Amino acid sequence: MLYREAGQFKTNYVDDQAVFPIRQDRIGIAVILAVAFVGIPLFGSDFFISAVMVPLLVFSLAAIGLNILTGYTGLLSLGTGGFMGVGAFACYKLTTIFPDVNIIIWILVSGFFSCGIGILFGLPSLRIKGFYLAVATLSAQFFLDWAFVRIPWLVNNNTSGAIEVPSRYLFGMPITGPMAQPEVRYLVVLSIVALLTLIASNLVHGRIGRSWMAVRDMDLAAELIGIRLYRTKLLAFAVSSYYCGVAGALMVFLWYGSAEPAVFGIDQSFFILFMVIIGGLGSLVGSFFGAALIYGMPIILKAIVGLVGLQISPATVEHLTFMAVGGLIILFLIIEPAGLARLWQVGKQKLRVWPFPY
Amino acid sequence: MLGLRNIKTTMIAAALVAGTVATSPPATAQESIYVPLFTYRTGPFSGSGIYIAEGMRDYLEMLNQRDGGIGGVKLALEECETGYDTKKGLECYEAVKDKKPVVINPWSTGITLPLIPRAAVDKVPVLSMAYGLSAAAIGDTFPWIFNPPATYWDGASMILNYIGEKEGGIDKLKGKTIGYIYLDAGFGKEPIPLLEQLAKDYGYTLKLYPVAATEMQNQSSQWLNVRRDRPDYMIMYGWGALQPTAVKEAVKINYPMDKFVSIWWASEDDAAAGGPQSKGFKVLNWHAVGDNLPAIADIKKHVTDKNLTQTDKSHIGKVLYNRGIYNSMLIAEGIRNAQKLSGKKVITGEDMRRGLETLNIDAARYKEMGLEGFAGPVKLTCADHNGHFATYMQEWDGSKYVKVSGDLKASMDKVSPLMNAAAKEYTEKAGSWPKRTEACDKAS
Repeated sequence: MLYREAGQFKTNYVDDQAVFPIRQDRIGIAVILAVAFVGIPLFGSDFFISAVMVPLLVFSLAAIGLNILTGYTGLLSLGTGGFMGVGAFACYKLTTIFPDVNIIIWILVSGFFSCGIGILFGLPSLRIKGFYLAVATLSAQFFLDWAFVRIPWLVNNNTSGAIEVPSRYLFGMPITGPMAQPEVRYLVVLSIVALLTLIASNLVHGRIGRSWMAVRDMDLAAELIGIRLYRTKLLAFAVSSYYCGVAGALMVFLWYGSAEPAVFGIDQSFFILFMVIIGGLGSLVGSFFGAALIYGMPIILKAIVGLVGLQISPATVEHLTFMAVGGLIILFLIIEPAGLARLWQVGKQKLRVWPFPY
Repeated sequence: MLGLRNIKTTMIAAALVAGTVATSPPATAQESIYVPLFTYRTGPFSGSGIYIAEGMRDYLEMLNQRDGGIGGVKLALEECETGYDTKKGLECYEAVKDKKPVVINPWSTGITLPLIPRAAVDKVPVLSMAYGLSAAAIGDTFPWIFNPPATYWDGASMILNYIGEKEGGIDKLKGKTIGYIYLDAGFGKEPIPLLEQLAKDYGYTLKLYPVAATEMQNQSSQWLNVRRDRPDYMIMYGWGALQPTAVKEAVKINYPMDKFVSIWWASEDDAAAGGPQSKGFKVLNWHAVGDNLPAIADIKKHVTDKNLTQTDKSHIGKVLYNRGIYNSMLIAEGIRNAQKLSGKKVITGEDMRRGLETLNIDAARYKEMGLEGFAGPVKLTCADHNGHFATYMQEWDGSKYVKVSGDLKASMDKVSPLMNAAAKEYTEKAGSWPKRTEACDKAS
């Protein structure tokens, strides 16, 4: 009833092509942004902000990155963890070499390093597709993994072999390091993620996004209508790796505060890939849904156990969470194989005609 | 169909909302001291972690049952499962932080490292017992970190001293080849700078055999290299599934087991994995094994026999179970000290820091606790948060560990300069490292 577009007439093409053509959607996104930017920092507990929201946003950004490559362009990649690592290590090197430059600039710049590596490992995509490409990106993952562990220069020869995040400030406020308040870190992450999501949204809705999707749907046909494959595919690799790189830098600098190379292992790549598949291939909002489900579900399950006051040992909870999350993933995939984003879309569609479906 | 779909969407939304509401922590009871225990009873490191978790919990639970806690205040124990995973460990830390924990035991070097800078800010001391950052032993630089009774660097030096003793003098190490097999993470990498420095000083050749955490159960390539290089001695810094696999592989290539020396983390299970041939395998240790102590009898009487724990009774007295007890004994003594110093019953993290700093456990106190002869005395100072206490070597005889050496001390003349340099480097890299402002208490 409330969600109805009757009476909203579009009188020009710009309105018709808008990302959110329905007024209720625009109001919805404004409310979400208001809650995210104002409500959560004001009312969220430290645990909720730094152990739930910050990781969720970081994973969402990484999922958007992978979604651009796998969901929009149809190129399967298993190197996400490695590309995130490149961003994190690049950011660490940059901020230790040039400590006076603002860390936010370095976080955004570090994405370009991972962008370069992504293009390099994306080259095989010009000749191979599908599983073969997955294997090629897997080699990227293994190579990068090896490099992070074996090149001590990357961590400034720290004996622990880990990135130790130094304190960095913005307007005199610490945003990285131990003194940084969770709210401050959260707002920085949120701003970067919101900005990059906006850019991604514009990319995928425009000419570039359409050419990606054309390549995904049938590369031969795309070539015939004049899309240059190598450019399009490499651009997808570049943009995707940029997003993953920034996500990696955010992860280490604004969430972990210190990271061993093991963080960027193959597990991480699969973790992000699951988010994209569960969330919905080729959907930005799906990336957020996927991150929320895969990362958030175990935390919610644990919290429910705590809330109900069940006397279950933490180890059992851990086992149960594993099983429950696995079960839920299968359940969601049975209900909607195209992911949560499709579920969301179907729900909205039904809502539009509710209560008089025809 | 329509209705069903919508209901499901609503359910997901409801679940997410429930999750956000549920994240506010439940208030802890006023009259208790909150001691979170970071444990791992699941995952590839559970083989070691279960013993530790059981020992740690049972000792503190025993104090609750027998004495009603410490100084008349019950301990509120809560386990948080980390799976030895840094990500989950940090999640645990965020989850317990708001409940005012008096001390954090990360039980992982990977989790300890990010907590080191946070400890001073959040006013929660970190007790990384014989693990974590070796340089954190310097109390003047790291007032909130405690890592008694010995650091990983001390351990490396002790193992070399033991080898030297066996060979008939440390100078006999010259020309020898020493292999180092380790978990390729913060923990295993920790002693490498020292081993490299000592290789220069003593004149041995160091060979490194890293084992990635994902490859712990498949070490054939490392041991193939060991067979090729034939090191005179092998040193192992392993944990979890790494250790039994290494012992098995060593047996498989017929490596002389009496020349295979591990840091203090190998358990009975790890040694037994190699079958009867693993006899002679050596491990450092600093406390008694076995259950022949009054305090452990009390654990049985008050905790395990009453089924207040999920401890497997056959685990009691095993080396890592007793290691857990040792860890909890330090916590309990720290709390007791802090109560004495502050005059409060319910102490805070700040009090606990003072309590740990003035820790002084002598033979008489061990006897009082029902742990006579359990371990050597522990005395910490403001400058020294570790003590660099002696350990001993124990050897696997096929069914149990037997003590085969006297006190092994680290060569502090070699370790100290490196440690000071590492602490300095750490603080420099951290950007602005706070100067110590915490006052120093007189030992009670």
